[in-house]
Amino acid sequence: MAKQKNILELEDVVVKFVGDSGDGMQLTGTLFSDTAALAGNDLATFPDFPAEIRAPQNTVAGVSGFQVHMGQRKIFTSGDMCDVLVAMNPASLKANLKWAKPGATIIVDESAFDEKGNEKAGYKTSPLEDGSLGSYHLIKAPISVLTKESLSDVEIDKKMAEKTKNMFVLGMMYFLFQRNLDSTLDFILKKFSNNPEVVQANQVALKAGYNYAETVEAIVSTIKIGPAPMEKGRYRNITGNIATAWGLLAASERSGRPLFLGSYPITPATEILMELSKHKSLGAKVFQAEDEIAGICSAIGASFAGSMAVTTTSGPGLSLKSEAMGLAVITELPLVIVNVQRAGPSTGMPTKSEQSDLLQALFGRNGEAPMIVIAASSPASCFHYAYMAAKLSMEHMTPVLLLTDGHMGFGSELFRIPKVAEMPEINPPIAQPREPDFKPYRRDPVTLARKWAIPGTEGLRHRIGGLEKTNIDGNVSTDPLNHELMVNIREDKVMRVASYIPEQEIFGEDSGDLLVVGWGGTEGMLKSAVGHMQKAGHKISLAQFNFIMPLPANTIDVLSKFKKIIVCELNNGQFVKYLRMTHPEFKYMQHNKVQGLPFHVKELTEVFTKILEDK
Amino acid sequence: MLDKRIEKSPVPLKKEDFASDQMVKWCPGCGGHAILAAVENVFPRIGYKKENFTIVSGIGCSSRFPYYVHTYGFHGIHGRATAIASGVKIANPDQSVWIATGDGDSMAIGGNHFIHIIRRNIDVNILLFNNQIYGLTKGQYSPTTPMGKVTKTSPQGTIEHPFITAGLVMGAQGTFFARVPDNNVKLMTEVLYEAAKHDGTSVVEILENCIIFNDKAFSPVTSREKRDENQLILRHGEPMIYGKNQDMGIILKGTSLYAVKIGIGGITEKDILVHDQFNPDPGIHRMLGRMIGPDYPVAMGVIRSVKAATYDDMVEEQINVAKRSSNIKCVDDLLNSGDTWEI
Repeated sequence: MAKQKNILELEDVVVKFVGDSGDGMQLTGTLFSDTAALAGNDLATFPDFPAEIRAPQNTVAGVSGFQVHMGQRKIFTSGDMCDVLVAMNPASLKANLKWAKPGATIIVDESAFDEKGNEKAGYKTSPLEDGSLGSYHLIKAPISVLTKESLSDVEIDKKMAEKTKNMFVLGMMYFLFQRNLDSTLDFILKKFSNNPEVVQANQVALKAGYNYAETVEAIVSTIKIGPAPMEKGRYRNITGNIATAWGLLAASERSGRPLFLGSYPITPATEILMELSKHKSLGAKVFQAEDEIAGICSAIGASFAGSMAVTTTSGPGLSLKSEAMGLAVITELPLVIVNVQRAGPSTGMPTKSEQSDLLQALFGRNGEAPMIVIAASSPASCFHYAYMAAKLSMEHMTPVLLLTDGHMGFGSELFRIPKVAEMPEINPPIAQPREPDFKPYRRDPVTLARKWAIPGTEGLRHRIGGLEKTNIDGNVSTDPLNHELMVNIREDKVMRVASYIPEQEIFGEDSGDLLVVGWGGTEGMLKSAVGHMQKAGHKISLAQFNFIMPLPANTIDVLSKFKKIIVCELNNGQFVKYLRMTHPEFKYMQHNKVQGLPFHVKELTEVFTKILEDK
Repeated sequence: MLDKRIEKSPVPLKKEDFASDQMVKWCPGCGGHAILAAVENVFPRIGYKKENFTIVSGIGCSSRFPYYVHTYGFHGIHGRATAIASGVKIANPDQSVWIATGDGDSMAIGGNHFIHIIRRNIDVNILLFNNQIYGLTKGQYSPTTPMGKVTKTSPQGTIEHPFITAGLVMGAQGTFFARVPDNNVKLMTEVLYEAAKHDGTSVVEILENCIIFNDKAFSPVTSREKRDENQLILRHGEPMIYGKNQDMGIILKGTSLYAVKIGIGGITEKDILVHDQFNPDPGIHRMLGRMIGPDYPVAMGVIRSVKAATYDDMVEEQINVAKRSSNIKCVDDLLNSGDTWEI
């Protein structure tokens, strides 16, 4: 009979699973998060894996990780440092110990810390024995050995048995957090339905891990995290890339325009392409093109032909698409370009996140080529902003560039499921058959949008293209004044979108000592830091921008009511350059980080505190 | 077969139904004029509703084409007509999609898209205006310019091995390839009609004279004096006979083709190869496509036309299957699929 354990009730906990690339840490982390969500916790997750598919086994280069931040309060980020670190081998411990809080609980697979494993990780002595982990709560469990023992009665080969060690450790974690095993048992049953032995092995390992944790003395207490207060509704866990794909599908359904995606695989955007490929039952046509240029060009062709057209990419691909984006601007066709940003320049760090494509998004095209630019700010928000991107693009007949990033693309959070019928209407200006005196560049007087004249429609035959055209008639023209007119109309059309987007919101009071300005994916980090300082009594607020081009109509109003403004970005200062250009009447400080890592709440509060102290 | 998906015009159409109100700005004597005439001939004959034609182009002299025909038209960017047209056809398979492109547009800057549209066998028709030169930028060599040719960027003669269009198309697993000279509008019209009937990507290479920068480049093959001796006009099921006196022919000996004179060395008409444009084996088609003077005549007409599933048909089929079999009928179904819970 196991000794009765204490129960530790916590507001929020950060758990990180780390192991070798082949150890199944992504699946383990995902299942652990799903179970937490089912228990009512709010959460945010972030996977951290190497660009290499299988780096040399048990080396630091091959470490794969999955972090989850769960709480009985609103969770904004996947967390800075972890409270519990699960390390399946020495290399993963070595790579991640710096992310463990002082005094954190560390669970290790003791069986992996042999001489060879330690040496491969670059440890001269075993960290489990040399006292270097003395300040942590270390739980040593011979996980690999115990897993194999637990499966002695299951008909399965040794290699497969070894593979279920992730389920064993997941079982241990479920005991530690007093979770129900049912949803994971059910998942295993469905996932391996073709292979009953594998189902049995995984289920046995999961339960064995749970029972082991219950009996082992090193675990003195279990952790309780209660349900978080949340708005009523139906929820699910969702990553940013999936949310982007689904937002686009929703916009297609709501607008009645079939979805066409022309895309080329690129990290970290590929998942959107893969996800949309699954949904042919919703009429989505997905074209995996031969390159990035064909991706966007096929989408432009599909848009001309009447589809809600999309292309998805990441930084280097955005560079390749530049010329074609200009084509979409001048032909005034709807097109959504999704750029899941990663650290650049060039190939840069494909699996690491950054916000450094903003200036390219705004200005990276030849000629005067204005474009609506929107940025999502968290995994679930990708759904909403992808939807808005498609809506604005179709209703205003101009391309929209949606910026997300690798961090939110791969990261997940809880998503309150909307009903498509309750989402804003989308009404593209489609030209009707035999419209009297149809002209390709005749415009709506308010939005300046031209009409979408779809091939096959009677009485609307017309030609458009990359050469400058006369306004209204759409004939090829090099007339100087017409060109200037068209340049101005295209610019004005984009600027008028400001009347169709929400006003900029402020997190906190709308005046004070310091306004923190961010955009896109840093929302969670900045909100956590600013919220923390607000609680401490500082007059600090946050304006997190999602609409970049055009800026919300009340931007001047927002910026003018604070003594100081600091713009925080994960780049070398791109949004701040844009603000200095568009609103030079204000003085901006800036805080930048370009490490392929998110901001940490602690570093932000230190920066803000220093500014508030400087009189 | 003409495409049954595409709605036919309820009334017979005329050339004038496709006449554009734009001024044709090609140079007088440019081969483009003949191509335009052939297209205006063939569109009414194909008989689809006039709103069901879309012409897409890239950049270059050839690519002004959409402005000169009254259809839906899209003038794209350099090299990308094939990619843009792929999107048009996949999104809107009820359109008869035609691409106007040149040798530089399709085989230099657009080479990648060109081979991939052919490989996918998307049901579009490519009019490849091959004048072996860059015309709109005023006379630089192209990927089809013969080696040694002096141009503005090759003052000592080019040192590049040119593409043979037929070889590239068949290397990319092309299902339809035809070649025509720009001064035979009758043959061009026939061939374009065959191209329209073909299910899949058809490539029609038009040997086009650039009167300004590469005049008479094809005259050894196409001139009135030389054409009978140097052109073999292929017709399916007929022997490959040519020459003013119809006494020349093509035979297969070993693994090669030879041009022979009937009556010499015991060769009779029975020895002459009979053209089979539907033969799935590309061997003979490739050899025919590569024939070049002085040892051979240049093959004209439909060289290859074989059946293969088209990308656009298969897309529709996969969508239909998914719509029938998937539980996800609308986005609400999708949003609520998998693990969800009520709070």
